Amino acid sequence: MFRRLPDVDGATVEVTIDGRSVSVRAGDTVAAALIAAGVLASRVSDVSGAKRAPYCMMGVCFECLVTVDGVGNRQGCLVPVAPGMRIEMQHGRREVER
Amino acid sequence: MSAPDVIVIGGGLHGSSAALHLARRGARVTVIEKDHVGRHASGVNAGGVRRLGRHLAEVPLAVAAMELWHRIGDLVDDDCGFESHGQVKIAENETEFAGLRARVDELTRLGFTHEELIERDALKQILPAISDHCVGAIVCRADGAANPYRTTLAFKRKAESLGVRFIEGAAVTALARNGGAWRVATGAGEHQAGVVVNCAGAWADRIVAGLGEPVPLEPIAPMLMITASLPPFIEPVVGAAGRPLSFKQFRNGTVLIGGGHRGRLDRDANRTELDFAGLAASARTVWDLFPIMRGAQIVRCWAGIEAHMPDDIPVIGPSSTSDGVFHAFGFSAHGFALGPIVGAIIAELVTGGKTNLPIAPFRIDRFAGRAKI
Amino acid sequence: MTELRDFYDVAVVGAGPAGLAAANVCARAGLATVLFDEQPAPGGQIYRSVSTTPVKRDTILGADYWAGAAQAQKFLASGAQYVPGATVWNLTREREIGVSIAGSARLLTVERVILTTGALERPFPIAGWTLPGVMTAGAGQILLKSSGLIPDGRTVIAGCGPLLWLIAWQYLNAGARIDAILEAAKGDGGAAWRHAATFATSPYFIKGLRLMLAVRRRVRVVANVVELRAEGRDRVEAVAYRTMRGTEQRLPVDNLFLHQGVVPNVNLAMAAGIEHRWDDAQLCFAPMLDADGGTAISGIAIAGDGAGIAGAEAAQARGMLAGLAAVRALRPDAPVLAETEAVRGRLARFTRGRAFLDAYYKPAPQFRRPARDTLVCRCEEVTAGQIIDTVALGCTGPNQMKAFLRCGMGPCQGRECGLTVTELIAQARGVGPQEVGYYRLRPPVKPITLGELASLPKNETALRSVARG
Repeated sequence: MFRRLPDVDGATVEVTIDGRSVSVRAGDTVAAALIAAGVLASRVSDVSGAKRAPYCMMGVCFECLVTVDGVGNRQGCLVPVAPGMRIEMQHGRREVER
Repeated sequence: MSAPDVIVIGGGLHGSSAALHLARRGARVTVIEKDHVGRHASGVNAGGVRRLGRHLAEVPLAVAAMELWHRIGDLVDDDCGFESHGQVKIAENETEFAGLRARVDELTRLGFTHEELIERDALKQILPAISDHCVGAIVCRADGAANPYRTTLAFKRKAESLGVRFIEGAAVTALARNGGAWRVATGAGEHQAGVVVNCAGAWADRIVAGLGEPVPLEPIAPMLMITASLPPFIEPVVGAAGRPLSFKQFRNGTVLIGGGHRGRLDRDANRTELDFAGLAASARTVWDLFPIMRGAQIVRCWAGIEAHMPDDIPVIGPSSTSDGVFHAFGFSAHGFALGPIVGAIIAELVTGGKTNLPIAPFRIDRFAGRAKI
Repeated sequence: MTELRDFYDVAVVGAGPAGLAAANVCARAGLATVLFDEQPAPGGQIYRSVSTTPVKRDTILGADYWAGAAQAQKFLASGAQYVPGATVWNLTREREIGVSIAGSARLLTVERVILTTGALERPFPIAGWTLPGVMTAGAGQILLKSSGLIPDGRTVIAGCGPLLWLIAWQYLNAGARIDAILEAAKGDGGAAWRHAATFATSPYFIKGLRLMLAVRRRVRVVANVVELRAEGRDRVEAVAYRTMRGTEQRLPVDNLFLHQGVVPNVNLAMAAGIEHRWDDAQLCFAPMLDADGGTAISGIAIAGDGAGIAGAEAAQARGMLAGLAAVRALRPDAPVLAETEAVRGRLARFTRGRAFLDAYYKPAPQFRRPARDTLVCRCEEVTAGQIIDTVALGCTGPNQMKAFLRCGMGPCQGRECGLTVTELIAQARGVGPQEVGYYRLRPPVKPITLGELASLPKNETALRSVARG
């Protein structure tokens, strides 16, 4: 659970998270935007089905894998949000075709 | 400890298989391996187990090997990860298809019926994800694949259970006659035996050199790539008639892409270096044949160290100059499937002086008179 | 589409203090220089988002952080080409770089390469460390610096190391609530005092002490924690601990931050074939380098925390020395070379006291070699027990283990498990980590798509490399 510092301003952009329209801060990465939006788990492990969430936020742990604009296995902590971006949680093995 | 009857040089699959089959015939065997068992080609190849598409000389051996693979647990007490979902070689145009048809005809004439020609509709049935431009294929439905490192270790463990001694981390520095026996020198001591089997893979030419048996062996580094896991979409192992490809999906969903593009290597340093321009060519092949794979992620690439012979088939058989020395090397990036049977052939040659399988095309002296590459 | 030149004198990989310094000195000496970095803005991790942070009050992050702003500015004005959002996935001995920019991959050969990929958090495998809501202290810092986000709800920070106190201090400055700091028992605290005298004269001493005291005044600190467990089902709900004295407690939490030091990020350097050795003082693998960061591979150098953990100022000095070495090789008359001795002096000053920090903050063995049922490989969900059991089956190192387990074969390529695996195998075999070795790392060190690979330009080499298999 995280909250924004009160004096942080910044433009917002509209993205969708699993089809739901959400306003996120421009300049956030996808992983940070999900955390700010209160999304607890970014993916489900394809080994055991356990819920996983970002761990390192710097591109090392690969826990923040999400599907962005139809392309899976993207590291959310390395992708800045953009207007109209479609973000989807990764449930198990990424489907090859979207 | 009494001296062994046989020293096998090289602890890859062929060395371990030869040791196992010799031990089954009662021989006392020592295997000398310069790194650790399965460190090189044996442990890191694509694991393809096929009769499909073989050089005609290899076909009888591959057919015999396939029988062993389907009962591999009986031989080594381990299923080696062997799965049989068929192997397919695709024709991308009519010319290639005609070539495949000619091959099947020739095999039929020689009495082999394991390769089956199929057309576009039947191809789409077994490979729904194949690109629509492919016109047909040959398929061997009982071919498959196994886990290379696990297989090599299984042969080693079974051989050890029959008394074979494996010495790892010892490189052979010299091989010379000592009276009626062979003396094998390593950095960590000497060994003697009446019989030596050269299974030294990409280093086999060095073993051979002192025996007046030069061979034009070329060390190569075939490259492989593996993807992140994908939902299951393909069962058989796939190759292509017109360009290098070996393509298979494992149970865990990862897809292995190989096929023969080569990296660079330094065989003295056990080091290979990947050539990404070559890997790009493999990627383009997959792109063309399996559009579904275009977004797949490559997570790792590697290359093993293998021996290539100029006519693309191995050296199997007795030395042409030295009594008591036998060879099994130079499998040119398609020796994995033959491992179980070549060990049996070597054991037959060593203990009985002959084998029922036709190994004349693999004679070492076929290179006599050629300049070494 | 970023336009890359056909040729550069120097390529630097990583835009932290070392990379910024190296690229700056090379560009100012007139060398054609390019700096690749994965992040969208310069600063690496320690100066993360220093030119773009939404955090307005500079007292939150502290003066050391803002020092990075000047370094970033200097670099941006240096004339070097800056390529953000670039992932370098390969480096060969012949200095061919494989890099992906905006989904497009290319190969580029340069005259000299300086790797400044820095450090990453030491793995901290405890029961439950994969639960959502458990993060590294570094992750918390990044959320603060890059997004102005602070933890909400019940928050505990656990572990050891100077960065633990730094993040706690920054969080308190920002008004975040910290319920407790669980200070892990040290691995080798006694030995640290041998180096105490040198540490007392280092620039870190007063600074570190002040920070730690400020935090201790305001947060409950539990000392000498010997056991740590994160609990919960779909997310972390509590952290349970036991101290050396036997005190046990279970604290409900919404956020748990773990940290036990940082270690060099070795993946690109190892994949390039640079030899690394086990460092017993820092309990990690570090590259074998000369005084200027040069490796045994001609034209490739390493600077910064990737050369060995020593902090931001030392990284900057090392970056300059590696840059100066490149300048010396290509522009031996460049005036900037006169600064070399002064930089060496700065490096000596900033590495003084390192031995004390390494010893004092040595992570305890149970947090480096966890209990049997603790997950070690997060990607493939392999436990410590499974790893130890392969040794009994004859496996002697992390690479042979791949025949039995998928440990290390997941997307993170061993970044979160490598050191743990090496230490577990070493202990099970009764030998040192140097003998056990590390994963044999191969490119791509970050995944690339089939499409990116397929789009690499065709050339003669590709055609010649075809073989029948």
